[in-house]
Amino acid sequence: MSDTGIGASVKRKEDFRFLTGQGRYTDDINRPGQLYAYFVRSPHAHAKIKGINKAEAEKSPGVRAVFIGADMEADNVGSLPCGWVVTDRHGDPHKAPPHFPLARDKVRYVGDHVAVVIAETYAQAKEAGETVEVDYEELPAAATLGTALSSSAPLVHDEAPGNLCYDWVLGDEAEADAAFAKAAHITKVDLVNNRLIPNAMEPRAAIGEYDGGTDSYTLYSTSQNPHLLKLILCAFVLGLSENKLRVIAPDVGGGFGSKIFCYAEETVCTWAAKKVRAPVKWTGDRSEAFTSDAHGRDHITHAQLAMDENGKFLGMKVETTANMGAYLSSFATSIPTYLYATLLAGQYTTPVIYVNVKSAFTNTAPVDAYRGAGRPEATYVVERLVEVAAREMNIDPAEIRRRNFIKPEQFPYQTPVALQYDIGDYDASMTKALEMIDYDGFPARKAASEAKGKLRGIGFSAYIEACGIAPSAVVGSLGAGVGLWESAQVRFNATGTVSVFTGTHSHGQGHETTFSQLVADTLGLPIENVEVVHGDTGSIPMGMGTYGSRSLAVGGSAISKACDKIIEKSKKIAAHLMEASVDDVEFDKGTFRVKGTDKEKSIAEIAFTAYVPHNYPEDLEPGLDETAFYDPLNFTYPSGVHIAEVEIDPATGMTEIVDWVAVDDFGNVINPMVVEGQVHGGIAQGVGQAMLERAVYDDGGQLLTGSYMDYCMPRADNLPSFRVGMTQTACTHNPLGVKGCGEAGAIAAPAATINAITNALGILSMDMPATPEKVWRLANQHAQAAE
Amino acid sequence: MPSVSMTVNGRAVTGDVEGRTLLVQFLRENLSLTGTHVGCDTSQCGACVVHVNGESVKSCTMLAVQADGAEVTTIEGLAKDGELHPMQEAFRENHGLQCGFCTPGMVMSAVDLLQKNPNPDEGEIREWLEGNICRCTGYHNIVKAIQTAAASMKG
Repeated sequence: MSDTGIGASVKRKEDFRFLTGQGRYTDDINRPGQLYAYFVRSPHAHAKIKGINKAEAEKSPGVRAVFIGADMEADNVGSLPCGWVVTDRHGDPHKAPPHFPLARDKVRYVGDHVAVVIAETYAQAKEAGETVEVDYEELPAAATLGTALSSSAPLVHDEAPGNLCYDWVLGDEAEADAAFAKAAHITKVDLVNNRLIPNAMEPRAAIGEYDGGTDSYTLYSTSQNPHLLKLILCAFVLGLSENKLRVIAPDVGGGFGSKIFCYAEETVCTWAAKKVRAPVKWTGDRSEAFTSDAHGRDHITHAQLAMDENGKFLGMKVETTANMGAYLSSFATSIPTYLYATLLAGQYTTPVIYVNVKSAFTNTAPVDAYRGAGRPEATYVVERLVEVAAREMNIDPAEIRRRNFIKPEQFPYQTPVALQYDIGDYDASMTKALEMIDYDGFPARKAASEAKGKLRGIGFSAYIEACGIAPSAVVGSLGAGVGLWESAQVRFNATGTVSVFTGTHSHGQGHETTFSQLVADTLGLPIENVEVVHGDTGSIPMGMGTYGSRSLAVGGSAISKACDKIIEKSKKIAAHLMEASVDDVEFDKGTFRVKGTDKEKSIAEIAFTAYVPHNYPEDLEPGLDETAFYDPLNFTYPSGVHIAEVEIDPATGMTEIVDWVAVDDFGNVINPMVVEGQVHGGIAQGVGQAMLERAVYDDGGQLLTGSYMDYCMPRADNLPSFRVGMTQTACTHNPLGVKGCGEAGAIAAPAATINAITNALGILSMDMPATPEKVWRLANQHAQAAE
Repeated sequence: MPSVSMTVNGRAVTGDVEGRTLLVQFLRENLSLTGTHVGCDTSQCGACVVHVNGESVKSCTMLAVQADGAEVTTIEGLAKDGELHPMQEAFRENHGLQCGFCTPGMVMSAVDLLQKNPNPDEGEIREWLEGNICRCTGYHNIVKAIQTAAASMKG
């Protein structure tokens, strides 16, 4: 392994610009003559718009225009679509009420978009916005998931009776009932998967620009997938030709899912740029992020696990109600179905699983993918159930998992919930995690804590996830409106350097480094000769963006395929130059050699020849520039075991995470440093969910947790240093043998944390977040019960 | 409109601002120093931390007029003659950043920590960072970076 090749912890190429203040985020960009947009938002969760008086705002200093829903309607601007059709248990498509970028007749959540004021400065736009008079007729709100589906709940959309978006099932209920009838023991849990607000540190922003000379648009956006944004805006919302819109997503300050979607603000900025004939810039503030970024999670679940007398799993039944919010965000419908229910087998051989998911509209912000997207919710169900089962059956929590693990020889393994796992070794991860945490030493550590008056607990989470969602034909048959391939272009320049264009998007993942390593290693080049370009539909052929930990498994595989094409063509040029047969030319570490001779040519010489083809094969095109598309054969299945150890002070309810061991199997790893960083960040978000974060709406639909003073983000002193280990089984179906690592921590951590805290407290269950107040109450209730 | 003058990264600057103009707006909009970021509106996230007269300050919580006459250092002024500051180098070396958005504030805050406490333990580092939120790294490598910088700045 070279010090910059595959497997090396290469320091990141992107860091210099970020560390010296030279990153270029959307809000850092200013276009000549730009105007500023301010959105007038609904203060009500549910109200009829009886009238809007914008006369005073239009007369305000600096104001160029004030637009409302009717203005967009007059221009035939469409609804923001949901790109995944879920078919319900009766064979009908989900309810899909319209979602207009600016509300037309009604507002449906606090923060819903009512008008946009465009002015010469942001302060002028905001001041004028405060003079827009909206005559609302307030309506009762369906604000909480628990009651949204009841017959007495106010109706969010006339198109969705009972607020039901869909009632969906997976698996055979009768078979599940039969398995439960044979059970020696049934464990039941009721779980709330708390609603979260993603909170990428860079708030969303957009600049729409119109060029009258070419009748074309440019949109700068904080997007995780600029190509898809282009497609949605052109084909579904604005009715533009797709070759007339360029979307640029420059440096993006974190996404975690929340920047996948097509939002109202960027739609309005693009549309309005032509109306006002000037670039229109909007930069969200944090308050707007809280109210109008797509939120995550928000499930209520009743789950049951049937076991024989040895703790062998016989069947599982899961009923979940999932919150869609007021409108369907771009992929909302798929999250609690195909990305959740399909993962409920976990790492186990549970033979029968039946899942029923009802998704509800509520008068809250839209809910969509957030780091893990369905898979953290699934892991939380499975790993809470298994942990409670172990306690009820009095079986060691590691042992009950081992008894039920899918064994290495059982792969490929068809689960009862549609997925076929290609490979894994779950016991290997468990063994390593137990060693790292020193599981045998836990009783002594617990006793030492008790001697200090502290409660110590240990919690397991053996997770599985499905990454790189694909193949396109399968996801299409399940309702996806898009293909889930990825593209790459690898272009040699005449002087031997390489530009790599990828349709994935990096917003913290370090693709510029990892993909450079991959290309440098494959083509035998110095890493500094490789430049990775992403985030611009004007320069990158096509792309599907970054989410679902797909970038390396799908995008990297496309790059690998493009490199193969480069080598293949180069061999023909090398054979010509060295007067040999193509079959006799070998390639290794950047050099082409004729077998059994000392003739050789470097790949840089070949590239030069390709662009200066004075002595060149007759039947070959000049140039060395190859594009590849890769459509995976299957998902990839990263897995692992996380073990959390906590110590609780029963006097204060403070929980300290005293140790955290993460053992993950991501298949082959290109850059271990980057992978470990992804694990750390994921765990922090999972611990945030388990101990700190919860988005709360009151019964009237007001967001009570709308700032960093009310919504508790994980700070440095809430978290420990983590111990990360790895096991490896290479993915069997992509050329790199890689799986994906971006979401694992967030998937594993909530169950590990709650399992550890409940273990310390000697109870079976508690809801997230385990705040000090809640833990204190439980600790003292526990103390009283013990007396 | 009041006029303010200050020294930013060693350069004397003057500009007209509104009374309500925040220091961060003056830096980003008047001086085009966009390395200093705005991540919240309640003075919690710390993406906007700069040094004013040598002390770390949240530039979203200070009016530009309050910095009149001050010496201001932003992330753009930390590297000298193309050489990264040891803190910047330590962040790079330890993968203490991912998306880079919180990074300028994180680095400026960490530099001030070591001015005040050249030898902080892990707990002191974590407590100091209470005013800087990072959503990407889980803080693990940020803490390591600050420990590395503390060691290298002593040596």
